[in-house]
Amino acid sequence: MTALVLDGVRKVYPSGDDEIVAVHTADLAVGDDEILALVGPSGSGKTTLLSIAGGLLAPTAGAVRVGSTDISGFNQKQLTGFRASSVGFVFQAVNLVPFLTARENLLVVAEMTGQPKGPARRRADQLLDELGLTHRTKNLPAQLSGGERQRVAIGRALMNEPGLVLFDEPTSALDTSLGEQVMGLIRDEVKGRGTAAVIVTHDTRMTEFADRTVSIIDGYLAA
Amino acid sequence: MKIAVLELVRRPGRFVVVGGALTLLTLLLLFLGGLLDGLFLNSTGAIRANDADALVFSDDARQSFLRSTVDDDVRAEILAVDGVGEVGGLGLSLLGVAIPGEREIADGAVAGYELASGALPAPPSPGQAYADRRLEKFGARLGQTVLVGPAEVPLELIGWVEDTNYLLQNGLWVEPDTWRSVQTTNRPDAPVGAGEFQTFIVRSTGTIETDELIARIDSATGRTETLSENDAVFAVPGITEQNATFTAVIGVTIFVTGLVVALFFALLTIERQGLYALLKAIGGSSRTLVAGVVVQSLAVALGAYLLGALLTAGLAQILPPSVPAQFELGRAAITLVAVTAAAVAGGLISFRRITRIDPATAIGAGA
Repeated sequence: MTALVLDGVRKVYPSGDDEIVAVHTADLAVGDDEILALVGPSGSGKTTLLSIAGGLLAPTAGAVRVGSTDISGFNQKQLTGFRASSVGFVFQAVNLVPFLTARENLLVVAEMTGQPKGPARRRADQLLDELGLTHRTKNLPAQLSGGERQRVAIGRALMNEPGLVLFDEPTSALDTSLGEQVMGLIRDEVKGRGTAAVIVTHDTRMTEFADRTVSIIDGYLAA
Repeated sequence: MKIAVLELVRRPGRFVVVGGALTLLTLLLLFLGGLLDGLFLNSTGAIRANDADALVFSDDARQSFLRSTVDDDVRAEILAVDGVGEVGGLGLSLLGVAIPGEREIADGAVAGYELASGALPAPPSPGQAYADRRLEKFGARLGQTVLVGPAEVPLELIGWVEDTNYLLQNGLWVEPDTWRSVQTTNRPDAPVGAGEFQTFIVRSTGTIETDELIARIDSATGRTETLSENDAVFAVPGITEQNATFTAVIGVTIFVTGLVVALFFALLTIERQGLYALLKAIGGSSRTLVAGVVVQSLAVALGAYLLGALLTAGLAQILPPSVPAQFELGRAAITLVAVTAAAVAGGLISFRRITRIDPATAIGAGA
């Protein structure tokens, strides 16, 4: 079983009379408990590819299947529902809601998707416990360290029990030691749940935490 | 929606500017409404106080109390009309009122009347008057004898009545002969004869439509112009223009209220683009996000309304009696609805902007 299949995916942006090809025809499959590292320099198309995989961007051509769902023809409303239920995101800038506590940042997912409060609260507390943040549940992001904020972001990505978690440069704001800690945590959390993950990074030192590494350069995918 | 509430609670400073603006706009709306109601009620109370179905003027009066004269012959003709229940005379004289111990002369509308109503008890004895409670603000007290007009006709104040003024002059309700005496003594150039009034208050038997009743009366007398109570109210000089002017100013203020909210939340939406992109990326719909904006605009409007109402209540305590503002619960409720509706509408203006936020920008891959 594959968690993600990209089949002939291409992404083109119009630019005046010309067009810019962000991703050339790309084929990729990620197993349902596999951690894939997607590496490449800035502007190589890795974030675009990650966005397509997560239903944030629609491809210009090609098919995208996440789990058993083909999202290629989804409209915006369907994509919103898909993101709410099937994927988790950890963003480069962490992007926690600054006026919400750690627990509330996890519960945002439940609120956005209309999940019942009781079970969502229990799940949030359980995730925070697993991430070693039990004592930080009531702290605002400004009161957390960089590593703690990243852990909260990971918890938020796991709130909807996704089959696929997408990480965009999860260690870019951390020093090497903390980056390795976070990557270890990601690996433990993802593997412990049998969840697939795609980690976009330009830091090749972090690829050792992945099962497989794929490079992307100038929009071309290379194993 | 909970996020929206938490932001309000934890970052109240962000909403101080719009809350302050809405508070001042609410104060303005309530004050304008109070002035409108005060002017309207204090100009027309003498008409509304009679529980009339119709008021009969002489046909040459052009719907004016002061130009109208009706007599016992007209009364007899009205009473003979099928559908007429009660008929009672009403006459008004606008004169100054000297209150013992007060230097300023208050404005008075001495009203001679015959029929008791919900607002008026049966006419008092000769030389006595029921005074509109607004006269109390000018220093009048029950048991005092006030002097009316340049001829200084004495009237003893024996009770208060409410909402009975005419043309912003304080009502003094007396029995008919006392009114005639007040009018004739002070205005020898415009005396009132025995049995004469300016208008007759007509109450129907309840078995006939007002329009039909009016048509029958004017047809029977051939020399009267009969108005419904509402038409008589709006025939008071300046009332229609005054209502239209204030309503226009209030309408514009409500529009500005909506505009202020719309502008604030439009700016806030620009500031929150990153947050909204993130929330959309993790599965939040535009509808959910707009609902949060609406909740915030509603909460800010309600808080501002409360503060504005408190400020208005304070202002009402220090207004001089010469300012005829009157603060009614009905007006307060209408203003509440208007302010909240304008705020919600203003909040909804952000819908399109929020809808257009690309969730992919959360990950730095927006188109």
